[in-house]
Amino acid sequence: MTPPNFDVYLPVALLMGMAVAMVVGALLFGKLLRPNKPSFLKQSAYECGEQPVGVAWSYFNVRFYVVALIFIIFDVESALMFPVAVVYRRFSELGAGASVFFSVLIFIGVLVVGTIYCWSKGDLDWVRSFTISKDNYHQGREQ
Amino acid sequence: MNQTIVSYLSELFAVNFSPWVVILIFFVAVFVVVNVMALIGGLATYAERKISADLQMRIGPNRVGPYGLLQFLADGVKMITKEDTIPRDADKFIFALAPLLCLLGVLATLAVLPFSSGLTLTDLNIGIFYLLGVSSLVGVGIFLGGYASNSKWAMLGGMRGAAQIISYEIPVTITILSIVLISGSLSLNQVVERQGAFPNGWLLFHNPFSFIGFFIYFIGALAETNRAPFDLPEAESELVSGYHTEYSGMRFAFFALAEYIEVFVVCAVATAFFLGGYKIPFNYGAGTLLGQALQVAMFFAKTFALYYVVIWIRWTLPRLRVDHLMTICWKYLTPIALFNLVGIAMWVWLFNGRSLYMIIKQALVISGK
Repeated sequence: MTPPNFDVYLPVALLMGMAVAMVVGALLFGKLLRPNKPSFLKQSAYECGEQPVGVAWSYFNVRFYVVALIFIIFDVESALMFPVAVVYRRFSELGAGASVFFSVLIFIGVLVVGTIYCWSKGDLDWVRSFTISKDNYHQGREQ
Repeated sequence: MNQTIVSYLSELFAVNFSPWVVILIFFVAVFVVVNVMALIGGLATYAERKISADLQMRIGPNRVGPYGLLQFLADGVKMITKEDTIPRDADKFIFALAPLLCLLGVLATLAVLPFSSGLTLTDLNIGIFYLLGVSSLVGVGIFLGGYASNSKWAMLGGMRGAAQIISYEIPVTITILSIVLISGSLSLNQVVERQGAFPNGWLLFHNPFSFIGFFIYFIGALAETNRAPFDLPEAESELVSGYHTEYSGMRFAFFALAEYIEVFVVCAVATAFFLGGYKIPFNYGAGTLLGQALQVAMFFAKTFALYYVVIWIRWTLPRLRVDHLMTICWKYLTPIALFNLVGIAMWVWLFNGRSLYMIIKQALVISGK
């Protein structure tokens, strides 16, 4: 009894197994060849000759999270578009192209509106995105 | 659907293989492909150095073996005999896992690459989706590598790498989506089969939108593989060497190998999607092993031509600034890719998926009458 699609997905499993075998095998084989003389300085993090201060796992600029959020919206959108894209040509050959085209257009249109909103809010700017806008700045000074 | 190398061989020799033989054939095929790819990755490092030397009027590696061809073996020996240091503050498990994830993601994409009409490891019917899915493991590997090192340079490089890779995945995915619109299938072999052997049948010249799409894909793919001019995660003048600062010896070698194989994969996918893939003129030698060999040769020739362009770009263009990088992705490539998607959808709808060449040809025939 073999699971469904066993022969189709077997190479995938084999390739992944091969990758693991390569990494583990080379590191184990290398263990026989390489020297192992750990020292305090050798095992410290590289900081151009300085003593590293603190850990690197600190707070990070919020714009990375904004990029990640926008990415997720676009990625989910394209993932949902794939099934439509596959049947699109068949539909248009059957003469139903208009309806599918306009439903795709509406779907993309919603996304485009969202992108324009993001853009106008300055979330697509990398540098200036979280500086205070001019109006807010002056308001803050008046108070 | 779902043709594999085993089903091709059993058709060719008209035999049914028992399950154990199937596993054996798959194992041998996977073993061969992985080793060929490792060899290509090694030779690519040599080619990179030799071509860069050529572009800068130097000689390049020429000591080990004829024309320095065995340089990558010497590098390999050097790396495997290097001491394996792990920073004591690092997250040791994730530190060890990161190169593995990179290599895993890259090697898993090899399963669906259409080397020829028969000799594809497995022609999944969701091949393109699978390709996009597993190739994003590389980004995870790069980010975890930077994160686990607990070094500031590595952390910065890893964060940059993650931001860059996920950003550039959007235009690439949308462009691939528009290719799916034209070809109407998620199987890479089907996409290639829809194309012709000559440039007029390629998807690159299918319509004006797909022509632009090729360049969007190529730029995005360069950024996804962290190749110059988009090599910000490992920008050596600012971040020492980015996410793999703390990696030494074989662990570093796996990052490098994964990168070079990924460039090959990216070029191969561009070949399959836009440049007619393995198609040879007049389908010469169809159904024989000779034909398959010619197809493989054609596929590799196109892929290596693209690989040369990638290396050429690396040694020609200066590195971008981070904000420029993000601006290009979000304000130029993504809107153009969305516009392209709508354009191709309209083209397929209005012209029933015919290419520009076919439309012009039909118009000429009609006007000739």
